[in-house]
Amino acid sequence: MAIVEQDRPAGPLALPAGDGEHREREPLGVFSRPVHARGWRSWLFTVDHKRIGIMYGAAALFFLILGGVPALLIRAQLAGPNGTVLTADQYNQVMTMHGTVMIFLVVMPIGACFINYLVPLQIGARDVAFPRLNALSFWTFLFGGLFLNLSWILGGAPDGGWFSYAPNTGVVFSPTHGMDFWALTIIITGIASSVGAVNLIVTMLNMRAPGMSLMRMPIFTWMALVTQFLLLFAIPVLTVAAFLLFFDRRFGANFFDVSQGADPLLWQHLFWIFGHPEVYLMILPAFGIVSEVLPVFARKPLFGYPFVVFSGVAIAFMGFGVWAHHMFASGLGPVSVAAFALATMFIAVPTGVKIINWVATMWGGRLKFDPAMLFAIALVLQFTLGGLSGVTHAIAPADTQQTDTYYIVAHFHYVLFGGALFGFVAGWYFWWPKVFGYKLNRTLGLVHFWWMVIGFNLTFGFMHILGLQGMPRRIYTYADGMGWNLWNMVSTAGAFILATSFIVFFVNIFVSRKHKTHEVDPWDARSIEWMTSSPPPAHNFDEIPVVHHLDEFWYRKYAEDDDGQLVQIATGDEVYRKELAQAEQDHAAEHMHMPSVSYWPIVFSAGLPLVGLGMIFNLGLAVLGGLVSLVALFGWVLEPSVAPEDSHGPAPASEEEAVSVG
Amino acid sequence: MQMPAAYEVAPDDFGEGHHTTTGLSNTKLGMWAFLGSECLLFGGLISTYMLYRGRVAAGPGPEDVFDIPFTSISSFVLLMSSLTMVLAVVSIAQGDLKRFRTWVLTTAFLGAVFVSGQAYEFTVFYREGLGFTTSLFSSSFYVLTGFHGVHVTFGIMMLLALFGLSLRGRLGVGQAETVEIVGLYWHFVDIVWIVIFTVVYLIPA
Repeated sequence: MAIVEQDRPAGPLALPAGDGEHREREPLGVFSRPVHARGWRSWLFTVDHKRIGIMYGAAALFFLILGGVPALLIRAQLAGPNGTVLTADQYNQVMTMHGTVMIFLVVMPIGACFINYLVPLQIGARDVAFPRLNALSFWTFLFGGLFLNLSWILGGAPDGGWFSYAPNTGVVFSPTHGMDFWALTIIITGIASSVGAVNLIVTMLNMRAPGMSLMRMPIFTWMALVTQFLLLFAIPVLTVAAFLLFFDRRFGANFFDVSQGADPLLWQHLFWIFGHPEVYLMILPAFGIVSEVLPVFARKPLFGYPFVVFSGVAIAFMGFGVWAHHMFASGLGPVSVAAFALATMFIAVPTGVKIINWVATMWGGRLKFDPAMLFAIALVLQFTLGGLSGVTHAIAPADTQQTDTYYIVAHFHYVLFGGALFGFVAGWYFWWPKVFGYKLNRTLGLVHFWWMVIGFNLTFGFMHILGLQGMPRRIYTYADGMGWNLWNMVSTAGAFILATSFIVFFVNIFVSRKHKTHEVDPWDARSIEWMTSSPPPAHNFDEIPVVHHLDEFWYRKYAEDDDGQLVQIATGDEVYRKELAQAEQDHAAEHMHMPSVSYWPIVFSAGLPLVGLGMIFNLGLAVLGGLVSLVALFGWVLEPSVAPEDSHGPAPASEEEAVSVG
Repeated sequence: MQMPAAYEVAPDDFGEGHHTTTGLSNTKLGMWAFLGSECLLFGGLISTYMLYRGRVAAGPGPEDVFDIPFTSISSFVLLMSSLTMVLAVVSIAQGDLKRFRTWVLTTAFLGAVFVSGQAYEFTVFYREGLGFTTSLFSSSFYVLTGFHGVHVTFGIMMLLALFGLSLRGRLGVGQAETVEIVGLYWHFVDIVWIVIFTVVYLIPA
């Protein structure tokens, strides 16, 4: 997916930057501000949360290919017994990279894509609290991801699994530089996530429109808030673990060296104290998306909004208390196992509450089966299936039988792919017209949906059977006559169907992009991000809306008449125009200062992978990287976040939009 | 009709409006969130140390190397720097730049004394045979106290940056909150040290 700029008069998406000649001189003459209002450079130096959100999505789709090809290689290798596509060593690398890339560079960034784009719009803010830090988060994530994938050509990819169990990932068993790359990538992308979490938490708590109390926040924003808190508290634990592993490998420390008396369970505890909150922070944004999509296409308000909110909060709290269910087979002792088994069964309750709420939202509604709705319904069904197999893992004796088999693989793909990724695709179909000004083609969307659902269930559904037949995870091949041949073949066929379904999606983007309608409210939606133009202007709202209700936008369109009948009093477009006229009258947009473009976020982030490469290969390079980041910090501090000459008025909506995707 | 003041954003502080939803400024709330995250970082490091402190292999153990009186003095110095930090915040809030510079430099100096003490201590331990790779105890001790030392060093840099800004006239009563936020970080690092000092030095293994 390439984002192509077209030359055009400066419209709502262009950042004004004074005139081209004038550059504001900072105290240190070299630190002047970029002045590229258009073209690719305006994307590199942007601090606009909407552009950053789009870039998160584009980068995640790029990494989806880098994580998807390994998945297809795995399935090709396992299609039949005694596969010869990969050697054992290559299989380990491919399996590790599939897991690591899909989790850290695909699912989490797609969540960040939605959260960055939508949260300021949903709470009626002009941007996030710290726009330059937002850019830093994105570039740090992107460079961290590219750094990880450099390992393919610099001596071999990581080969210890995405969970990197020590001491298996020590130098003895994993002598290539792969695991060093892995540990440093975790630290670098962890910086991105932590900075993003601080930034977005402050945004959501501090920058809500007048009248928007916490219980009037759109449900997606609520789930985003919970997600960011999970990130805030989970990431540092993983960072510690990655540091310890790296010190072991690089400097000969012995945190995980069993011959020195180390405890291999230390890694497992640190990793899963992060890892379990991690799985919830991957799924919660998708839950938020589904909770937005279902009410719109069922034409009913979300059933039990407070329950959906508080079950999300409850999931977050309990998510920190169930990590050891990943370690039932490691000999924790009966008391710990029983306690964590109970906690795990309990956490199914708030999740179940959400599912009940979604079903009740649809119940009695007038359903419109657009692609976004279908993907959302698929999430509800598939996530429920994945959740049910999850509850069977919570029963420790059963888990002892299931652990390390394909039953587990089936479970977490049902919740992560059948849940999170389906939710994200629903979100793409739903918000695409707002972000790019055109709807994705409905027919192609339906083809995409059925192709993806069939491919997904063929791939992972029969893995339950394989697992119960005893096929272990992480084996690179298997002998004939185990009774696993048929289902593995089916699974491989499904995987290729699943991969091609994404081609349908890309084709759909390409085909639809010509039919721009710039509709303000194509779905008759409920929350205030639809009260802006499509795409929204750089400053989001000409006048910050005042919020009186949950589902504010819907209440501006519908009211009860004297007989208590619900009648439409305005279309979405009329609501938007009314706001526009009001803003015009109030001169609201005069003296509106928006944060200005900046070099420093991308420069700072570029230093980090250099430090990483330096730590592995040559300390001189690390010093260089450190200096690059240090210079960026100085430039950052000495540059005011808003250039004095940058002033925004509401620009007339232009015919030609800045963003076209093709 | 003018836009309500809450949504007028001054050029030099986007989103730092004084009318946020919670009433706290963005930077202060952000610092609190960041410190919450840091708690988990030190939590992981301290847990690792607690697990490994008795595993000394053939190398020296805690009771062989620790010089409790020396570390107590440097801990006291660090705690006193919290007091001078408070005095710095009070002086800037009263607009007394001269006193502010005195106290902020004093704070940075006391922090530097602490870090120097740590460097000296590490050197002594190393001479007594406690290398980074000697034992599980030594690895986890150096990593835990080293991470804390790096945090103190960052704090010193921030304090010196504040001092520099005040010399250039870019720090006045209006920016008192910036000093307060650096103070939050500084006090946090001190509190973490109290925990580390207790766990590592005072509680016998």
